[in-house]
Amino acid sequence: MTITVAKPGFFTTVQDLGRFGYAHLGISPAGAADALSLRIANLLVGNEENAPVLEMTLLGATLAFEELSVIAVCGATCESKLDGIEIRQNVEVEVSSGSVLQCGSTTDGARCYLAVQGGFDVPLVMGSASTDIRGRFGGHQGRRLQAGDVLRVRKANQTRTRRLRAGALDALQHAGQVRVSCGAQNDWFTADAFAKFLTTTYTVSEQSDRAGLRLKGEAISTRHANQLLTDGIPLGAIQVPQDGEPIILFVDQQTTGGYPKIANVIAADMHRIGQLRPRDEVRFTEVSIADAIEALRTQERWLKDIFIS
Amino acid sequence: VETRFVCDAGEFFMKIIPASDSSLLAVFGDAISTETEEHVLMLFHALQAGHDDRIRNLHPGYVSLLVDFEPLAVTHQEVGTIVESALHTGQSAARNDPEVVEIPVCYDAEFAPDLADVAAHTGLSTDEVIRMHSSATYRVCFLGFTAGFAYLGGMPEALHTPRLATPRRAVTAGSVGIAGGQTGIYPTETPGGWRLIGRTPLRMFDPQVDPPTRVQAGDHVRFSAIHRITFEKLIQRRS
Repeated sequence: MTITVAKPGFFTTVQDLGRFGYAHLGISPAGAADALSLRIANLLVGNEENAPVLEMTLLGATLAFEELSVIAVCGATCESKLDGIEIRQNVEVEVSSGSVLQCGSTTDGARCYLAVQGGFDVPLVMGSASTDIRGRFGGHQGRRLQAGDVLRVRKANQTRTRRLRAGALDALQHAGQVRVSCGAQNDWFTADAFAKFLTTTYTVSEQSDRAGLRLKGEAISTRHANQLLTDGIPLGAIQVPQDGEPIILFVDQQTTGGYPKIANVIAADMHRIGQLRPRDEVRFTEVSIADAIEALRTQERWLKDIFIS
Repeated sequence: VETRFVCDAGEFFMKIIPASDSSLLAVFGDAISTETEEHVLMLFHALQAGHDDRIRNLHPGYVSLLVDFEPLAVTHQEVGTIVESALHTGQSAARNDPEVVEIPVCYDAEFAPDLADVAAHTGLSTDEVIRMHSSATYRVCFLGFTAGFAYLGGMPEALHTPRLATPRRAVTAGSVGIAGGQTGIYPTETPGGWRLIGRTPLRMFDPQVDPPTRVQAGDHVRFSAIHRITFEKLIQRRS
């Protein structure tokens, strides 16, 4: 089965849950910016959670389906139309052969996800289907999709689709408050500077992508002028460069860097970062690492519970 | 909290700092030294050899190792214990016979837009810069920043030159640069602020090859100056 890209949208890539185990070679995890939406989309069509999907940013793609397929669009709302008729998101949809799916602009977040039953068929590179944009490998030919690309879909092993409970996704917020724990160099900042970081409403800059979100707002200064010796950067680290405006390092991040890290987005809120758009506002709340892990555990229980069994 | 370790070479200390809900940072000091590099690599190699699938990623740096793990499968405390026992059992990473990787570099003007500036800054002639750069033996401290980018230690002090005030928007893959006391090779085309003094015809990163990077942390590297004709031949051979 193949799908032809008529229009690629603004920035569309093949992603799964990411590439782990190669950070020591400078290779970032990549993977879906909103992994929760990727997992839900896959579960709806009966795929493994980690099956390769399309991640569409700000403006969705227009795709022609060669054969009968089952799809689900999740994540940010993007007004998808199938042969001109609006379709619902967060539910499995049957697509007949020859149909054209047109995904529009996202209205309440940055990214929407298209899962197709069977999953997109791209070669695994270092164990993952995710596109590594800077390294130019993985996904579909190591790059974002272009008009004319032909994507293959694997034959589905099982066709047991699922449904969400009514209102199941109401708990998902696409923006607003983001919970953080202390970063590795939190002691490079005074208590006042950290308090300022936590009380400032930041705006996501236009110069933001999957590698990092630059924030505009109150500048934060470090306690001393020392330069940090280049060290490892965890996913979701918030570093403060010399100009004092924080940067959230995200899925396509550099694996090491030389700026102090004031805080770190908790794993349970990483999906919110993936839905932040340029000019969106964001505020940070501090939680303990124990609370962060509890929040992740709660989220995993929630994900199991939202489907009608 | 610092923990004291004793190895063949003497004693050293390690501090564990939680870095996120899914990672911790094992810190061995606050200044670059060959001893600290060895401790970082010793822990890195010992953890790699442990093949614990709850540990997702290891990021070595100059004085620390970031250990990224699956937070619902293992706790910070458990990872701390794994790190400490890895250090107790780990053999010194200072291999008696480190892999020496020779990297041919063409220092021709076309590939070396900043060679004259490096010469002017250091007070050396361009020939002296080339001779010194290609006669030292470098240590691969770690790989980071971007896929296959090796941070090399051991550049002669006479060559130290600050990075460009304004980074270039695109640096060609294979470019060899200097930034402060560091030297390195851009494996893929990226923006970059290092002073470019040459280019290697070798592919430093190839995702289809195992391992995908030409050099690994702990290797030694030597640059050999090559003629433009050799450069072209090696480029042809690679494709």
